[in-house]
Amino acid sequence: MKLGLKTALAFAVGVATATTASAADELTIAIVNNGHMINMQKVAEAYTADTGVKLNWVSLEEGVLREQVTSDTATGGGQYDIINIGMQEAPIWGAAGWIEPLSFGDDYDVEDILPAMRAGLSHEGTLYAAPFYGESSMVMYRKDLTDAANVKIADNDSWDNVKAAAAAIHDPDNGVYGACLRGKPGWGDNGAFITTVANSFGAAWFDKDMKPQLDSPEWNAAVTFYVDLLSKYGPPGSEGNSFNEILALYNEGKCGLWIDATIAASFLEVDGVAYAQSPNAGNPVGANWLWAWAMAVPAGSPNAEASMKFIEWATSKEYVKAVGNHPDFGWAKVPTGQRASTYAIPEFQAVAGFAAAEMAAIDSAAPEATDLKPYQGVQFVAIPEFPEIGGAFGQEMAAALSGAKSVEDALAAAQKAADAIMREAGYY
Amino acid sequence: MATVSQKSRFGGAFWTILAWVIALIFFFPIFWMIFTSFKTDADAVKPEFLFTFTPTLDNYLNMTDNYDYWRFAINSVITSTFATLLALVVGIPAAYAMAFDPSRHTKDILMWMLSTKMLPAAAVLYPMTFLTKNFLGIFDTHFLIIVVLCLINLPIVIWMLFTYFKEIPKEIIEAGKMDGVSTWGEIKDILIPLAWGGVASTALLTFIFCWNEAYWTVRLTTTEAATLSKLIEGNRAPEGLFFGRLSAVSTAAVGPIIILGWFCQKQLVRGLTFGAVK
Repeated sequence: MKLGLKTALAFAVGVATATTASAADELTIAIVNNGHMINMQKVAEAYTADTGVKLNWVSLEEGVLREQVTSDTATGGGQYDIINIGMQEAPIWGAAGWIEPLSFGDDYDVEDILPAMRAGLSHEGTLYAAPFYGESSMVMYRKDLTDAANVKIADNDSWDNVKAAAAAIHDPDNGVYGACLRGKPGWGDNGAFITTVANSFGAAWFDKDMKPQLDSPEWNAAVTFYVDLLSKYGPPGSEGNSFNEILALYNEGKCGLWIDATIAASFLEVDGVAYAQSPNAGNPVGANWLWAWAMAVPAGSPNAEASMKFIEWATSKEYVKAVGNHPDFGWAKVPTGQRASTYAIPEFQAVAGFAAAEMAAIDSAAPEATDLKPYQGVQFVAIPEFPEIGGAFGQEMAAALSGAKSVEDALAAAQKAADAIMREAGYY
Repeated sequence: MATVSQKSRFGGAFWTILAWVIALIFFFPIFWMIFTSFKTDADAVKPEFLFTFTPTLDNYLNMTDNYDYWRFAINSVITSTFATLLALVVGIPAAYAMAFDPSRHTKDILMWMLSTKMLPAAAVLYPMTFLTKNFLGIFDTHFLIIVVLCLINLPIVIWMLFTYFKEIPKEIIEAGKMDGVSTWGEIKDILIPLAWGGVASTALLTFIFCWNEAYWTVRLTTTEAATLSKLIEGNRAPEGLFFGRLSAVSTAAVGPIIILGWFCQKQLVRGLTFGAVK
């Protein structure tokens, strides 16, 4: 017993000396567990072979990744050399000096990055994160069903027409629901989709003084439309559905149309899917969202130079080709939504029927501030307080969808929460 | 007309069936997880492959080839084992003192210790990260995880041991004192042998709690001390249905603890029902 305890304590003290410090020939990369990121770990074996740089991958769930990267950055960094961040964080963290501005060689061809992506990942014209893959949103519908019902869905169709199409193909007795849309609470879940609907109705989260506008008639019209559409023609329990849940439903043949991230098109396994640009209700700007999973270097990283080199490789044209030519992956699995040149590759065009629709959606997305929407971001607002506000909003919208609250009450509660958060943050 | 013995037989069968039904309901998610781990990601979400599918080991191979399962598993074993031992090393003398030499504040101290479990972990995330990373320099080390897991479980350990020790007649300890046994001798030669069942139950439960802890083991580690909780956490995907892979990782993570629990059922039940000599 004595020996056991002594050994235990000696070991515990001994391991205390172990630290996470990485040498210059070793990089620690925090990523989300998405398909493209998983593939990157395999493709990057070639990078290690070429450069001798060992890569330590830390795969985390999206919410945990944000939390951990935020606490790491706020305490001076050091845990990670490269971090996976989204479009919501990039401009905020760039402005706060939490991540390094990126600069690459001429061969990188930064002009090839889709302009909307560059704009969304920059702050005051400086690129702070390089897009690894990007997405917008679009309509993915079953053409066999719309043809049978003799209805059409056009690019940038009106919401009324889309609703009529959903009604025409809605056949719950045979397990087909007219429209599958996000209803699960969360700023990146139902909040993202509802915001694009609201944008297209001419609503905005804040006015130019950053006062919340959720009690406006435009918001009321947009949310009323969303609740009505999904309640009448959506699958039961929609308030629990987000991307993955709907993807499963769609692949089971249970969804007539789905409006969601363009990346979904590469996961669809049903025949006869057609694509259309997102609907609108008179204001096409902001009807389709814009998002990128990008790579950034935390400020003060001791391995900033080696990290930039890796990012330059992982977000380059060469990386896309490396995935396309990789025996385990191929052209159907190349990351998209980041570079114009990807869409010009014939091998990619041959296997990606959604390519043109995806690029059009990304190209037409407008993350910049406008008179109507005086803040950066399409389906979110690029301010640090937004996740909290969007979280509260998402809960209220799910309550409205489930019938627990009226649309008016849910919006009033969301407005109250948003107002309190913005006041506390000192915006006014 | 049913006799008393027939009624009793019927009652016994009813309770047995009910117990089995409840057990199966509890076991079903685990069964489903194991079942799904042998499906491909594509088959895992297709209703037509609910029960009929071609089993594959790909998910397990992927887990060991691409996710370095063994590194996470070894870290889980190291941190859970040493955290449990450390908790016992601290907890046994503490419980001994409170059980056999209580003061008027003993109850308050016990309540205070339990109240530390009421603090939401997220409230101290930033100070913990700052202190361990910037001040102590022990972030992402086995030592940190061992200490944190020990501290998290210490209130439960002390409470459980206190309960067991209280049931041992004080006279036995006093008799030892009369014979000139030192305090350490009392603990080592009298108390632990007498309360061995309780100590074993406490150790087992603590080990299970340490193994399953996810909040701190995910947030206070990067690569060096990351445990199986972090491996599972990293396999959750917001875009993409990778349920086959996730199920394999989860099965491999909970497997060792289920096997341990299976072999130590008796001690576990005893530990959960809280009593040394009941």
